[in-house]
Amino acid sequence: MLRIECPWCGIRNEDEFSYGGDASVQRPSDDASEDEWYDYVYTRNNPAGDHTEHWQHVNGCRAWITVVRNTVTHQISSTAPASPHLPIGLKSVNKSKGAK
Amino acid sequence: MAQDFRTSEGGLIDRSRPINFEFDGKSYQGYEGDTLASALLANGVHLMGRSFKYHRPRGILTAGSEEPNAIVELRTGARKEPNTRATTIELFDGLVAKSQNRWPSLSFDVMAINNLFSPLLSAGFYYKTFMWPVSFWTNVYEHVIRRAAGLGTASTEADPDHYEQCHEHCDVLVVGAGPAGLTAAVAAAERGARVIIADEHVQLGGSLNSEKLTVSGKPGADWAAEQTQKLVAMDNVHILNRTTVFGYYDHNVLAAIEKVSDHVAIPAAGKPRQRMWTLYPKQVVIASGATERPLIFGNNDKPGVMLASAARTYANQFGVKPGSRAIVATNNNDAYRTAIDLHNTGVRVVAVVDSRMNPDAPLAAELETLSIELITGKTVGAAEGGQHVRYAQLVSTQGITEEPQRIDCDLIAVSSGWNPNVHLHSQSGAKPVYDDEVFSFIPGQSRQVEVSVGAAKGSFGLQDCLNQGLAAGNEAAKLTGFKGRAKKAPKAGDDGIYSIEALWIAPTPYNKTYKQFVDQQHDTKASDVNLAAQEGYDSVELLKRYTTQGMGTDQGKTSNVNTLAILAGQRGDPIPDVGITTFRPPYVPVAMGVFAGHTVGYDFMPVRRTAIHDWNEKQGAVFIEAGLWLRARYYPQSAGESMYDCYVRETNNTRNNVAMVDVTTLGKIDIQGPDASEFLNRLYTNNWLKLPIGKARYGVMLREDGMVFDDGTTSRLGENHYFMTTTTANAAPVLSHMEYYHQTVWPELDVAFCSVTEQWTGIAVAGPNSRKLLEKVIDIDISNEAFPFMAVGECKMNNIPARLFRISFSGELAYELNVPADYGEQAWIELMEAGKEMGVTPYGTEPLGTMRIEKGHVAGSELDGRTTALDLGLEGMSNRDKHFIGKHNSQRPALLSDGRLQVVGLKSLEPGRNLRIGAHLVDDKVKLDSVSQSQGHVSATTYSPSLGYGIALGLLKDGASRHGEQIDAVFPLDNEKLRVEVCHPVFIDPKGELVRA
Repeated sequence: MLRIECPWCGIRNEDEFSYGGDASVQRPSDDASEDEWYDYVYTRNNPAGDHTEHWQHVNGCRAWITVVRNTVTHQISSTAPASPHLPIGLKSVNKSKGAK
Repeated sequence: MAQDFRTSEGGLIDRSRPINFEFDGKSYQGYEGDTLASALLANGVHLMGRSFKYHRPRGILTAGSEEPNAIVELRTGARKEPNTRATTIELFDGLVAKSQNRWPSLSFDVMAINNLFSPLLSAGFYYKTFMWPVSFWTNVYEHVIRRAAGLGTASTEADPDHYEQCHEHCDVLVVGAGPAGLTAAVAAAERGARVIIADEHVQLGGSLNSEKLTVSGKPGADWAAEQTQKLVAMDNVHILNRTTVFGYYDHNVLAAIEKVSDHVAIPAAGKPRQRMWTLYPKQVVIASGATERPLIFGNNDKPGVMLASAARTYANQFGVKPGSRAIVATNNNDAYRTAIDLHNTGVRVVAVVDSRMNPDAPLAAELETLSIELITGKTVGAAEGGQHVRYAQLVSTQGITEEPQRIDCDLIAVSSGWNPNVHLHSQSGAKPVYDDEVFSFIPGQSRQVEVSVGAAKGSFGLQDCLNQGLAAGNEAAKLTGFKGRAKKAPKAGDDGIYSIEALWIAPTPYNKTYKQFVDQQHDTKASDVNLAAQEGYDSVELLKRYTTQGMGTDQGKTSNVNTLAILAGQRGDPIPDVGITTFRPPYVPVAMGVFAGHTVGYDFMPVRRTAIHDWNEKQGAVFIEAGLWLRARYYPQSAGESMYDCYVRETNNTRNNVAMVDVTTLGKIDIQGPDASEFLNRLYTNNWLKLPIGKARYGVMLREDGMVFDDGTTSRLGENHYFMTTTTANAAPVLSHMEYYHQTVWPELDVAFCSVTEQWTGIAVAGPNSRKLLEKVIDIDISNEAFPFMAVGECKMNNIPARLFRISFSGELAYELNVPADYGEQAWIELMEAGKEMGVTPYGTEPLGTMRIEKGHVAGSELDGRTTALDLGLEGMSNRDKHFIGKHNSQRPALLSDGRLQVVGLKSLEPGRNLRIGAHLVDDKVKLDSVSQSQGHVSATTYSPSLGYGIALGLLKDGASRHGEQIDAVFPLDNEKLRVEVCHPVFIDPKGELVRA
């Protein structure tokens, strides 16, 4: 059982949340190429290590949040309100560990 | 009945409270404080069951939850529970238990012939023996295996008992209430920390209750009772006795099972049978103790062979003599206590057989004073006897070839040393490490906030347990913010020094072949381990699966370390190199019921009812589940009216007159803000910027991968105010979808929205007379000119505030009226009243579905996540000049090319026959023998009352260009075939004149 800290509600059980996938992917602009749109939907890293991902506090305040979770240990190193631009530092964490 | 093997005094049982019970149809008596195992032993009953594979007679090996052999069927009827351990069942009046896996009786078991065929049943036998021919698998092998090998049988009746689930937070969780756990709990609690202490026994104290040890100058059990009183008196302590912590999960969450009512025949009123605890401690102290290892020798599974610690537990705690003539076989100091305690209980101890050459001098001297013979440098090579041990054959451990020494005995108490219970530590994600001094695995580096103390850490001395418990309790309190003065640990009485020399497997007498069992529950022998290693399954993970060692209900608690030591010997590697398998929850078997808790039967899911539900019920409506909702399916007017008759009648009244349906369950989302139009424009494929106020529009949403997600109508109520409807099934996913885009992708859009599904009751009034009906109750002009198709307006229905939408799902002239949910039933009843003179009727989801098929509206069965707007004939709505979700990926070449399944209408060409849902669509060129030749399927089907024959919607390969073609709808499971004609999916009023009338 994961215990996730909602930035608004505090630490809650995993079953109050629903998983929303990789938060490090950036939604392309309307005029982006077909490949970019394909990658946005289908291409994902599978890092053994920190992974930046979206969760929704669906049975709570309904906020979407960005969680940095270690896929090996399940340790959650940060949670923050979701935004289109990742908090500084998070993105680089994902990229550096993602290659493993 | 006499308890011939009960001592006249001593132990923690209450001799003034006899308890009657039944085992295998015979009545016995025990005392309060007994387990089923101790009570049977008191009556001289040792034979408890037949083994898994070879049907060998088995007795009681242990006195705790690690028991592999003494597993019985407890209770009868609906409360029957198979595979319960006799060693953990608290005796209660009226207890009924039965031995398992034997036929026709326990002492004469026909399947024991398996024992003779054992060469066929070696490691991996089911991979080798039961292979060919394939046809034998289901008809022969499965039955043979099921019957011959197996454990108890479950009840086929529903469990009548209730199970409960609880959650609790605390500062410090102490697992186990032996000397270390009790000390830790008291220390942490005295500093003010909120403490939970859990122990699987009724009484706290652990080994103090079963050993002749003293603490602070008092008998251990008395000291434990004192500490328990201390804990009971403190408000910040929650004692969970009869509770086993069985799982250690991520983020320091632990799970425990409390056996609330397992010690009574039937749970008291209002009490659950068992309770599951989810525990959220800040710190965990694991004081889970240790489990003794049996020695591995020939016939070491015979009744009469018992763990040394178990033998003295029966003597000390239960006042039971586990035998009359005993020998104690050991490789360590600890088992000497068994010889002494058995002797003091009145059991004749013939000898202590120590595999070591140089035993501990003080212990040797103590034996001498008791006149117990000490034999060194030897061990038991084999036990002999029929259904019980009659004598032991002693062999040299020093490689000396000699005649085996025969000692007559009926009890062989064995010890190969102790394994710390590292299960929870391992489950927490940490890796136990091998320790050369205790010859076992001890906790390694912690990964979560846990610390192991006492025997669980490999410190078997009582003073060490008390010291470590105190230190851990203090530290855990400190880490959670509670400080205090250091106290001295209680003083333990002398319990000697634990020292051990490894003896992993005994030589056999004359080097003959014997069955030497490592895993008694799964009948895995030392030779199976060796064979598996020879065949290449020489890693612990593979070995476990190939031999099934450790995969029984006991999870190999008494066999894991012995097995891998034997494997290490076979491989010629040190034990640490062989390693150990990861321990997984649950530590003890946990019934499924406790995981389900309340959520069974009626309580499995919440039920959502609309405001009109009670009225529907009074009308005798038949309901159908739609997600959590209960919706009226159809309304029989008389007892004999079938579903078919109902939906034909209800459809006809809608098409020819006027009828009403409850559409409250549709998802409703209120959307407001200056950017509401822009937000909708991005969510839907069509354009929303120019929708006039007071108008509704049908919209289609795609997923980001280009597939259709949902559809519905959305109305513009004001400049910055919209009201969206979704399908019933997608109400929640659509809201999450919108929240995702609003919060993560387009936070710059100034828009807010929330679900108002429950706030509004929706009533559709449909049929050519619907306007006439509504005009009687609505206060605004709803003539076709003033309120045309797709008009939306606020109004009053009688005196009820309402919103009126001129939209139609049936294809008839129709309106949807929304009123605040509190007025829902009233509005419905007043509408029914108003329509009475024109013959208004209610209709359910069945005619709703019929009419939507007749009208060719796609719904959930066509929006199956694999269809694009193009497939569904909805592509024309898309506005490619703007951006919307799914726009790019819906245009991938494969989605635009030929060969896609597209929505079509289908007409039955055989009078009186309807299409079957799920039927495959095939043309004349293919045969019926392969589904891969299917060209599509029937997604929704009905008899059309309006057309007089069976119609359906389907998804057919290139269907849009195949109208007029005749094909077959086949249902191979029932060998059915129906000729159908492909047509346009809109069967009725293709130009939509009726809805605009």
